[in-house]
Amino acid sequence: MINLLNIGLAALIVGLACWTIVARQPFAAVVGFIAYGLLLTLVWVQLYGIDVALTEAAIGGGLTGALLIGAAARLRGTDAAAAAERPGAPARWLAAGVSAAVTGALAIGVLSLPDPAPTLAHAVAANITSTGVGNPITAVLLSFRAMDTLLEAIVLLFALIGVWSLTPDHFWGGRPGLPQQADSNGILAFAARLLPPIGIVAGIYIFWVGADHPGGKFQGATILASMWLLTMMAGLTDAPPISRTWLRVWLVAGPLVFISIGFVGVVTAGAFLGYPDGLAKPLIVVIELALLPSLAVILGLLLSGPPQRKAQP
Amino acid sequence: MNFALDLWTLIAVAAGAVFFLAGTTGLLRFPDTFTRLHALTKADNLGLGLVMLGLLPQVDSVVAGLKLLCIWLLVLLSGATASQLIARHTRQSESG
Repeated sequence: MINLLNIGLAALIVGLACWTIVARQPFAAVVGFIAYGLLLTLVWVQLYGIDVALTEAAIGGGLTGALLIGAAARLRGTDAAAAAERPGAPARWLAAGVSAAVTGALAIGVLSLPDPAPTLAHAVAANITSTGVGNPITAVLLSFRAMDTLLEAIVLLFALIGVWSLTPDHFWGGRPGLPQQADSNGILAFAARLLPPIGIVAGIYIFWVGADHPGGKFQGATILASMWLLTMMAGLTDAPPISRTWLRVWLVAGPLVFISIGFVGVVTAGAFLGYPDGLAKPLIVVIELALLPSLAVILGLLLSGPPQRKAQP
Repeated sequence: MNFALDLWTLIAVAAGAVFFLAGTTGLLRFPDTFTRLHALTKADNLGLGLVMLGLLPQVDSVVAGLKLLCIWLLVLLSGATASQLIARHTRQSESG
């Protein structure tokens, strides 16, 4: 019965992936991609990868989906031009062939893995007590492979700087996005008043349980960022001008705390990002606490886009 | 007692699935946006509500049951908000 469900799920995902590729309208393709992300979440749940499932739902389906919807809306004006210069048959066959070859190579790679597949799970299980956290994923992300997480946070910051660099000169330092003209008594404003209290509690809860259960700062920050975006879309708050000092302090605070703790580790534990004995858990909590608001602000501003108006309207 | 609860789960979840099926059929077959929205929200409200009610006897703790209830209420809220927004947008673009 469970196998039948899994086969059905797999067939649905492959079908949806194909549909997303052949969809002619950018918006339809984006909707297909979001549904694909949500189905992928179910696959991760079936594989007992709850942490990955949460991340996929929050970032893969939700946040990336929202970014792509924005991109599709911006591309609407160029749809006709893009349709007019449809590539010829050789180019399309070449693209299909290269994509199929990549998929085939990946499939061969996955299928030829030895059984049981090589794993470091035993090493993690043997050493997890030294970190003081109960969730092995958090132990890997913030202790054994803390460097990857640090780079991830910094990459996001760079992505935001990349988005900001698209600002026209005369709007530099202004507010991201266009002004929202939502009805202040409309349904969106109602949802934006009702939902954030629940969303903020859920976001902080998911962040906090990350130490011992599935969850963590990335998923929590995504929920917080989406609540912020909801209030901005409903016109209840406005995006802050990117020239504000407090905003920039929030943006860099998380990565800076992470890097400083890393350098302290060189002295106290003999390695960059090493934690001294017994202090691993508190230091991990400090890093996560510092990263949460930074990530939430970065993700919110990433979705708001480059400034398109002056700071003072 | 257990048998009665299991039977309740079976009946309620099956009834919920029927609403999802009917809602999906309506979404595919109805002629315009408003009737399609009408079909879709039935799946959210009644279908998910019945599935939730059916699963309630199977949970281990009160907290898990409350979580189920919260999920249903949140889906109700998001479904109601989204269909209002879609309906309003459709009406404005039809009249405008």
